Amino acid sequence: MLSALADPTRRAIFERLARSPSAVGEVARELPVSRPAVSQHLKVLKSAGLVTDQAVGTRHVYSVDPAGIAAIRNYFEQFWQQSLARFAAAAATHQEER
Amino acid sequence: MTTQLEATSVTTAVDVDAPVEHAFRVFTDGIGTWWNPDHHILQAELAEMVFEPYVGGHIIDRGTDGSECRWSRVLAYDPPRRVCFSWDISLRWEIETDPAKASEIEVVFTPEGAARTHVVLTHRHLDRHGDGWEGMRDAVKSGWSLVAFAAAAAA
Repeated sequence: MLSALADPTRRAIFERLARSPSAVGEVARELPVSRPAVSQHLKVLKSAGLVTDQAVGTRHVYSVDPAGIAAIRNYFEQFWQQSLARFAAAAATHQEER
Repeated sequence: MTTQLEATSVTTAVDVDAPVEHAFRVFTDGIGTWWNPDHHILQAELAEMVFEPYVGGHIIDRGTDGSECRWSRVLAYDPPRRVCFSWDISLRWEIETDPAKASEIEVVFTPEGAARTHVVLTHRHLDRHGDGWEGMRDAVKSGWSLVAFAAAAAA
């Protein structure tokens, strides 16, 4: 579940859905990702409990799962793990340069 | 690197191969050297980041078009051991102007010998952003248009 947002493309899709619920085609148009790839990423996000989908008329609309705060925590956990790894690398590198 | 979760916070720790003063300086003054440049809410590309080193200062993103985004307020600044700042970004990735709806980040730097620092980052009060998620759910359920949702959210 926690690894679902480790992929930068999935993170971009998740952030896109957090701004507004959308169908697969809408996400694919706005991001440099093919429609089948978006579908695949959404499947992973859905099985991780991060996004949910429902039929709205003839469209299948995906949105960030509002079930609770779990999705927010998952997002920030990934965000800070990756950010602190970058920070640790930068601090060690600059140290060598001094 | 480890991560723990509590109900409304996230804690992440990392060990840095640098003295505590240096680690603190890179985290604050050098934020632009490690922050992922894709993570900003400017319309333009991110050109630089400024961490104002005092309580009441801001973390400021500057775009290549000269635009500015002050997305964080510095809440505590105690070099080289501790810094706190707010996360003034809503879950719709817009600036949150109500401090009561902002979450907070605390970073504690602990020296482990002369050349190593243990850094613990806690992002807490994540539930304060909760309204956005409720609104998102209600908007989808009621079949509102996104325009109506945006207007309701801004009201």
